[in-house]
This record gives sequence, structure tokens and C-alpha cells, in this order.
Amino acid sequence: MSQLILQVLNSLYYASTLFLLASGLSLIYGVMRIVNLAHGTLYALGAYITAGAVLAAAGSPGLQYLLLPLGALGAALAGALIEPTLLRPLYRRPEEYQLLVTFGLLLVLEDVMRFFWGALPLTPSAPADTLGSSTILGATYPNYNFLVIAVGALAALAMWAFVYRTRFGVILRATSQDMRMTAALGVNVRRVYVLAFSLGCFMAGLGGAIIVPISGAALGMGVDALILAFVVVVIGGLGSLEGALVGALLVGLFRTLGVNFFPEAELAVLYLITALVLLVRPAGLFGRP
Amino acid sequence: MTTGGSVAGASLWGRVARLAPLLLVLLVLPWLIPPYQTILLSYGLAFAIAALAFNLLLGYTGLLSFGHSAYFGVGAYSVAFLVKYLHVASMELHLVGGIAASALVSLLFGLVCVRYTRIFFAMLTMALSQVLWSLAFKFYWVTGGTDGLRVSTPTLLGVVGGPAADKIGFLAHAYYYFVLVVFLLCVALLWLILHSPFGMALQAIRDNETRAEFVGIRVRRYRLLAFVLSGTFTGIAGALWAPLNGLVVPDILYWPFSGRIVFMTVLGGFRTFAGPIVGAVVFNYLETYAIGSTTYWQLVLGVVLVGLVLVMPAGIVGTLGRLLPRARRVG
Repeated sequence: MSQLILQVLNSLYYASTLFLLASGLSLIYGVMRIVNLAHGTLYALGAYITAGAVLAAAGSPGLQYLLLPLGALGAALAGALIEPTLLRPLYRRPEEYQLLVTFGLLLVLEDVMRFFWGALPLTPSAPADTLGSSTILGATYPNYNFLVIAVGALAALAMWAFVYRTRFGVILRATSQDMRMTAALGVNVRRVYVLAFSLGCFMAGLGGAIIVPISGAALGMGVDALILAFVVVVIGGLGSLEGALVGALLVGLFRTLGVNFFPEAELAVLYLITALVLLVRPAGLFGRP
Repeated sequence: MTTGGSVAGASLWGRVARLAPLLLVLLVLPWLIPPYQTILLSYGLAFAIAALAFNLLLGYTGLLSFGHSAYFGVGAYSVAFLVKYLHVASMELHLVGGIAASALVSLLFGLVCVRYTRIFFAMLTMALSQVLWSLAFKFYWVTGGTDGLRVSTPTLLGVVGGPAADKIGFLAHAYYYFVLVVFLLCVALLWLILHSPFGMALQAIRDNETRAEFVGIRVRRYRLLAFVLSGTFTGIAGALWAPLNGLVVPDILYWPFSGRIVFMTVLGGFRTFAGPIVGAVVFNYLETYAIGSTTYWQLVLGVVLVGLVLVMPAGIVGTLGRLLPRARRVG
């Protein structure tokens, strides 16, 4: 029983980070039709910013928790700088160029992080360690992981409310459906694009920032993360928020099962499932065909 | 929108005659430059085959594959497997093995991928290449995992080379000529393929799929054939690369390696036949010297790529092609 609870909690923990990572990617694709290959690297940037800040504030434990969201803000700021300078000139060009420019951005950001934080991994584990752990129904689980699950759930809720219950959400969805029509109706689409891209980057940065006390920050983590985000988004459906949530839960569950029962083939099977979903339902479980 | 069309009239032999001086330089080069430079050029030529093959899909068929690391990796790993498990030393057999394996894998993946185009095609090719990467990464008792597999110096024609030979001398001379011959064969073959009626049909598909179908081109079958050809030639590049590098690691199957193949092709210019060749050779020098001179070599490559896309999207050859006639008129 306690084993089962642990596995469920682990799945939720995975799903929470995957949702933060994938929802941004999906939002950006949904609104702007851009597959951002640097998305994983922005997640890594969030992790590094938070790790650097937390390590710098090692003396005061209370401050460390306040510094956690810094990574998300940093990634959002980076997004607000990237969209107008690098992406805006490319909207009218074939998508090859958009993929390439974000691939170039990935290379640049990788080295920017190496420049600021060095080549060695950062492990700011203090915020996770000081929280301790609690026991539920015989299963002992770290409290910080509960926090991660809660943040993921809250982010999903906030994102849903934002997209479906606010005025800006309406504009966002309208832009996603028909950019030209929305522009013709007097919406400043440029501003929508900057905000959507920054919001997507914010989610990625939040994902990186929230897990950094557990997994640490290392070079190359963004490249690994992107491919998992892809898997989630493809299974759920590119551009769909519900899809990102369901995809994250499915992949989280699958990874937990995989690590326990077939660790060698876990990743291979995951990619095969992705290919299969693309084949049977190219728009994913929730995507618009 | 004319890529191959404008040069279709020129015969292969006419082009060969015009390229004769360049060929001569390539032939005598190992005797003029240090071994290190020759080996570097061999790397460039191997990558050039991969980029040309990739461009068969991107430039001529209009399909952006983000999973060409798979076929390069299959070519390289089949050489490594032949060395480790079957103790084959003959480079000719390695090449045959690489061709067979990459043809098989690209047929298998192609059957799945050619059902889609645009972004879905890119993601599907990427997902499938990741399957191979994770297998190479996780099944370490077969593939050596991240440590990779060593590829000892092969023999050419059963006499030259072999594990006991002087590795640098072999790679800088005998092996260079082998790579050069295979490279020239691949270039000639790809040129003929792309300027055949089949190649024209591919370009018709690229420019307008619906019209191509109305003209009677069986679009999906042609795409599949293009995919298999592209994957197989990329496999040849991987097989040639394996002895040069001496070590085959999962990194060449990971998705950023696919990005590098795209990078090379766009650097040279994907709207021209020769673009990918120039792009691959230049990229190889750029990367080698960037790695040699700074820790932040990825930054250098990234800035070049972003600058290229924003300022010079036609690539080196495409831009020169536009500038040269203008310069001639002025001069």
C-alpha cells in the first residue's frame, strides 16, 4: 500500500514538472505557431537563476524560498527580449527558419549559462532539505515534493483561469484561431505575441526553478528536458492546454512505471508511443486537427 | 524557385571538366598540408555527404527532417558493431554494412514519416531518431552506453591499414583518398538522381503537391524513395566518419546532432546543389577552430546560425550566386 502511494506521488511529481515545462511550449505553439527548440534551455535558465540566487542567500533560510520564483521571472524577461529581436522578423518565413533560429538560440543560451555559472552542476538543496518529510498511510515522502506537486496544480489552475476566464485569454485564443482577423479587429497582435511568448517562458522557468533544489542545475539539462516536453505536447496535442495537462499526467505515470519495471527500454518505449500517437492522431489527444 | 532546374541543361561531364582544377587540388592536397589538416578535410567531406543527402529531402522534396542523426548514427554504429562483434576489418565491408543498415532503417522510418509533411514530419523524424538514441544510451552492454564503442583502424582493399598500421599516416593518406572517392561517387550519384525525371518530380512535389498529384506523380511513393535515398547516403557518411573518429558514441544519435546537419545545409544554402557541400566543410572548420580557441564555442556557432537566418538566409553559395553576377557586371 505504501509502495503504491509512493508511486502515485512520484507520478504526480513528474507530471507537475512536465506540465510546467510543456504547457509553455504548447501555449507558444498554439498562439504563434512556433516550435521553440530553445524552450528546454529556458527551463534550464530558470533553474540556473534560482540556483545562483539560492546559493548566494545560503545564510538566510527564509529568503531562499522567496528567491525561488526568480528563475521564472528571469526566463520571462529573456522571452520578452527574444521575441521582438529574433522571432518577429521570421513570422512570414518558412518554419525551417524558425526552428533554426531557436536552435541557434539554444546554443547561445547554453554558453551564456556556462559563462555565468560555470561548467560544474549547482546543487542548492537547502530549500528541499530544511522542509523535511512527512508520512502518509505508511509512506514517507519529502515535503518539498509536495510543494512541487502543489505548484504544478496551482499553475495548471491559474493557466486555465487565465486562458478561459480573462479578457486577455479571449484575445489569446482569438489570435491562436485567426491572427489576421484578430489584428483586423483592432487587437495589437505584436503585444499579444510578446506576452504569450514571455508567459510560455515564465512557465518553463518556473518548472526549472521549482525542481532545482531537488535535481540541481547542470549544462545540457535543457536539451534533455525539451525532448520530454515534446513527448508530452505531442501526446496531448500541440497547442492544447488540456492536452499538456493530460499528456504530463500520462507521461509522469508512464515514467514511474518504466523506472520500476523496464528501466532500459523506458525512454525508447516512450518515444515509440509518441511516434505512434503522431501516426494515429497527428493532432494529439486534444489538439485541433 | 529554380534550384536544380537552371542547371539541368548542363551535362554532368561539362561540370566535371569545369571542376577539374578543384579535383586536382583535392588529389595533391595530402602531400602539401599537415596530416591534421587532411584528416579535418576528411571529416568535412564525410559531413558533406550527409548534408547533401539531407538536402535531397529539404531542398528538393520540401521535407524538413529533424532526425537525420538516426541514419548517420546507424551507419556509424553498424561499422562499430562489425568491428566489435564480427571482427571485420575491411572498410569496404564496413561501407556495405553501413549502407544496408541505414537503408533498412530509413525504409522502416520512412514508411511512417512520409505520411506527414511540415512540422509533423519534423517531429516524427525527431521522435524516431530519439528511439535509437535511447536504445544506444541504455543498452550499454551492447552499445557501450555513453562510453561508446571503439572503432579500430580498418583495412583498405585488404592490404593498406589495419589495427597495426600508423593511424595518423593511414588516415591522412590512404583513408583520405578513400573518403574522397566515396564522396565524389556520392556527389555524382546524387547529382544524377536530382537531375533525372525522378528529381524533377520531387521538385514538383515540393513546389505544389496537389498539382504534382494531378500530373500523375505518386507523391507518397516518391517521397518514400527520396527518404530512403537520403537516409542511405547519410548512413554512408556515418560509416565513413566512424574510423575517422575512432569512437562511436550515442551523441551522434541525439537530436542536436540532427540540428547540426540542418545547420550545415542552411549555412551553405539549401536552394543550390553545391550549397550543402560548402556548408559542411565550412561548418567543420568553424566548429573545430571555435572549440580550439574558446570554451564558448557553442556561443560562436549559435550567433553564426542566428545571424545567418536573419541576414543571409540563402546561405554562402546562394548569396555568392546572387552577388557574383552583379559584381561581374559592375567590374
